[in-house]
Amino acid sequence: MSTGLHFTNVGRAPWHRRGFFASQTFYVAVAFALIALGMAILSPIFLSGGNLYNISKNFSFVAIVALGVTLVIVTGGIDLSVGSTMALVALVTVMTLNAVAGRFSGLPGLALGAALCAGLATSLAIGLINGVLVAKVGLSPFVTTLGMLSIARGLCYVITDGRGQAPQGDDAELLYSLADGQLLGLPMPVVYLLVLAGLLGLVLHHSAWGRHLFAIGGNERAARLCGVRVDAVKISAYVLSALAAGFAGVLMAGWLGSVPANLAFGYELRIIAASVIGGANLAGGAGGPLGAVLGSALIEVIRNGLVLGKVSPYWQDTLIGLIIILAVLVDRLRARRAG
Amino acid sequence: MALLQLRDIGKEFGAIRALGGVDLTLHRGEVLGLMGDNGAGKSTLVRIMAGNFRPSHGTMHFNGRPVEFHRPADARDAGIEVVYQDLALADNLTAAANVFLGRELRRGVWPFRLLDHAAMQQRAAELFQELKSETRPGDLVRQMSGGQRQAVAIARTRLADARLVIMDEPTAAISVRQVHEVLDLIQRLRDRGIAVILISHRMPDVFTVCDRVAVMRRGRKVADKPIGQTSPEEITGLITGALEVA
Repeated sequence: MSTGLHFTNVGRAPWHRRGFFASQTFYVAVAFALIALGMAILSPIFLSGGNLYNISKNFSFVAIVALGVTLVIVTGGIDLSVGSTMALVALVTVMTLNAVAGRFSGLPGLALGAALCAGLATSLAIGLINGVLVAKVGLSPFVTTLGMLSIARGLCYVITDGRGQAPQGDDAELLYSLADGQLLGLPMPVVYLLVLAGLLGLVLHHSAWGRHLFAIGGNERAARLCGVRVDAVKISAYVLSALAAGFAGVLMAGWLGSVPANLAFGYELRIIAASVIGGANLAGGAGGPLGAVLGSALIEVIRNGLVLGKVSPYWQDTLIGLIIILAVLVDRLRARRAG
Repeated sequence: MALLQLRDIGKEFGAIRALGGVDLTLHRGEVLGLMGDNGAGKSTLVRIMAGNFRPSHGTMHFNGRPVEFHRPADARDAGIEVVYQDLALADNLTAAANVFLGRELRRGVWPFRLLDHAAMQQRAAELFQELKSETRPGDLVRQMSGGQRQAVAIARTRLADARLVIMDEPTAAISVRQVHEVLDLIQRLRDRGIAVILISHRMPDVFTVCDRVAVMRRGRKVADKPIGQTSPEEITGLITGALEVA
């Protein structure tokens, strides 16, 4: 935004050293484009419609949750419980669907609506407990959500006795079409991801709530002194993180057609990795939806590349870890050069 | 009528008495220097007036009405602005975002109320100009000099119609030229009928700009007199305890 100000002794960084072009998200976007280009040249299958369709669908689940986790990371917190939340919410939703199946015959959608409400309530409860413990009680986000990771996963086994749950009844088909169908040739998870990412970008950068989120991550004490309702904003971040996780869990349920009790086991690390690769700073104050989507996409493209290149899948995690460190390293080097 | 009237204000933290029986009166357009050694109770007193925490006992009247502040926002709404010692800035936000932090300008109808970036940039630029600070509203605070950061923190106090501005060590960490600018600014605030409480360790600043000086020692107010009736030597004696009372 130009204000037409000219100062005698206050310089201004050149365009490539400020704003989006100086952000980690930008570097990752360039890296993503280069890797995709390289793969397209090396493997003719990479750009085939089927492969792209699969990649985009696979990374959507992770990316949707990464959107929510990014909010928590921006405030300077962390949410380790998202993987377990995905599973618990998916299980509650499917088990509710099966429990009410047949009771609403003749009223299509009502059973699914009830099931989704149960899932929503579960997400809300997890997010509220995390948020209140962190913001009001003052527990460390790491420990609180680590505990929630274990509690939610434990409940998954308790309510299922360890058995997988498959959606049944008239509304099961509806769930499949909402979760695994297509819209304008795009897989539904991708459609949801694009809509949510767009909304989040708008809210983060153009609402007072979004601004307060960044202010809390930058200097929580200052935000409090300036009258920002720090506790409420923090709690909302954990609630949205849990909601995103729950939503992605239900989508996975529709995609797989059955929910094992160990659904999304270990996903929290991939999700946090995606946010961090995309430019979210674990110290707080930086991050955004574009970064979360790019980070998730980069991880998936590399996994896909290893598969197409017939590299042992055991190398995947090693390489992803390397990229996490590399992404943060590049950003640190840039910051040092800029002084 | 007094603008601010504190009566018998005290604050205990557990067994520690940080503040005991402080009376303080301040009139419109008056500049009060608040001095005292570290731990004398200055910051505690300021935080009570700013709504950071509530006094254990005592009453506070502002603008003729009894007030009780539960949050900093309450004090701000009443017309008390504070420039904190560490300036309370979020490094990762722009100057304009920091100026408007907690009271962003928005447009549109709920729930579609979005930030009015242009209006905030415009207003922040005006404020910086008024403060004679070469500060771009769109620049990140992280990249700013000490003086610019000071300007951002002070610009905040000019957003609303403040009646009292409290400055906690505003000249502690800036250059000589900038000290002069801050003192100038305090005089401009007084000209507009705004009362100022200046907390400072710097005797020359206090004697340049203040009408009155109050000294705190060990949680109590030990002196409160017009600047013309005292001297730096007497104030130093009061701060250190060499003089018991004025």
